[in-house]
Amino acid sequence: MQHLRNVLRQLVLIALSVISLYPVWFMLSTALKSTHYYTMNPTGIPYHVTFSNFRAVLSDWPLLLWMRNSLIVTVVAVSVSTLISIMAAFAIVFSQAHGRESLFRSSIALMAIPPVALLIPMYMLMVNTHLINSLPSVMIFYTGLLIPFSIFFFVNFFREIPLELVEAAYVDGAPHRRILRSIILPISGASTVTLVIVNAIFVWNELLVALVFLQSNSSRTLMAGLALYQGRYVTNEPLLMAAAFLSILPLGVLYIFGQRFFVRGLTAGMGK
Amino acid sequence: MNSEILTQSSTNAEGQPASATKRGRRRRNLWAYGYMSPVLVALAVVFGYSFVEVVHYSFYAGGVGQLTYVGTSNYHELFADPQFITSMFNNFKLLFTVPVVTILALALALMINTTFRGVRQYRAIVFLPYILPATAMGLSFSYLLQGNGVLDSLLKNLDLSFLIHDWLGSPSWVMFSIGSVIVWQQFGFGVVVFSAALLAVPGETIEAARIDGASWWIVQRKILIPQIRRIIEFFVILQAIIVLSSVFTYVYVLTGGGPAYSSSVMEFFIYQNGFENGSIGIASAAAVVLLGIASVLIAIYIWARARAAKEAG
Repeated sequence: MQHLRNVLRQLVLIALSVISLYPVWFMLSTALKSTHYYTMNPTGIPYHVTFSNFRAVLSDWPLLLWMRNSLIVTVVAVSVSTLISIMAAFAIVFSQAHGRESLFRSSIALMAIPPVALLIPMYMLMVNTHLINSLPSVMIFYTGLLIPFSIFFFVNFFREIPLELVEAAYVDGAPHRRILRSIILPISGASTVTLVIVNAIFVWNELLVALVFLQSNSSRTLMAGLALYQGRYVTNEPLLMAAAFLSILPLGVLYIFGQRFFVRGLTAGMGK
Repeated sequence: MNSEILTQSSTNAEGQPASATKRGRRRRNLWAYGYMSPVLVALAVVFGYSFVEVVHYSFYAGGVGQLTYVGTSNYHELFADPQFITSMFNNFKLLFTVPVVTILALALALMINTTFRGVRQYRAIVFLPYILPATAMGLSFSYLLQGNGVLDSLLKNLDLSFLIHDWLGSPSWVMFSIGSVIVWQQFGFGVVVFSAALLAVPGETIEAARIDGASWWIVQRKILIPQIRRIIEFFVILQAIIVLSSVFTYVYVLTGGGPAYSSSVMEFFIYQNGFENGSIGIASAAAVVLLGIASVLIAIYIWARARAAKEAG
């Protein structure tokens, strides 16, 4: 009976794993086929492996440029939002300033605001400030969108820090800046990595804002470029799948090495 | 609670009485305002300014640079527009994915709530879809689900031809297909959230019930599920927010809102009116409606949090 249950469980898990991975496998296997081979055998194993699709998207498409844009936007938006959110969370938890609780509560509410509702005013703002079609336009928007969850995350983390750690330094008369830098930051390493990963995934994967704000080919992010070229190359499945596979590769590699950070970070909004 | 500790200990260090004057308190907290000001500026620009302006634009008609005040006519027009009504209903249809994801994920989390070989690997595999970009995965699904696509040929080979559909091209199936892709992506998230919650349930409670002769199913239903009820509630609210406010990518990549506008959602409607048709006023009015609906969910979320915090003591 117990044995039967174990076998059943394994079967369910194998089935779910196949369902979870199949779209990724389809992407990779199609990318490795020639158009002709794909038309004849769309689902089969690519026995005649060709790398021509990867070569084509890397040399004929501005894929590397888009990747570079995505990387710059991700690095800037994530570092700025993380840095200023740490400062704010530190003030919320360790001061008596008026409005700190309101800032925390507003952050919780703002976490769930649909970005599309802010899109038109932000677009007009970027047009008026001549930032449209340039990377700073999306960096500013993303930074703002990332702040509420980042504050929420760090406030919850800082509230777990034992009092004695901070108290002793304070009695010694250390300034706030030093307490943050030499006491709080060193013990926040793992949490910061976690948050950085969550935020980086959001920025890397974001489509709507990038699609609207970045309309010139040289300023596009990877997801916006991919969505645009979908229309252009929809009948060349292997080529599109090669580009799509390259776009998920950085996340996939990160996931393999830092899985626990992903899981911990992405489930941090729950329960607290 | 360690909040306020710095201010309090600074009071002690300086030898002042704890009930300092208001001005003194403000001066001692000056640094805190400095630390909070960058996020306040960013939130004021991205959220504050946008909230005001989106309501403002919703009373105007015309394109950029030639806006004219039209009162509430955008809202009248909006609710008379069959595409908007369809879009809103499609968002509500996607709410059906919430119980589906919740029940499936909970079932699997309960099933793997023991230690056995490979459990962590399996969890990692089902979680993977959650982190992958919807744009790229949507491209893959568009080939899998298209008429005579991979799924259809699979069904044909399995002698299940009666199940064959143009999954993305038929108005009656398209929301089901988009919903299924959402379930595919959100499922692993639920499994990981529920697994973590189940791990935190104290083992003694379960052990005691087992000794009393409770069956596996009774243990799950009477002990484990009630213990993680709060987490389940949070998850349901969060999923509802997601299907209401961040499904644009799936629609854009899988169907482009089609066929006709049968798979349009509110986000897509706002995008299309604001940036393809240049109807900023209509798009803004739709955004205000969406904000209104989102506010209800946010209020429920905050209420649930407050209640959970009260229970935790």
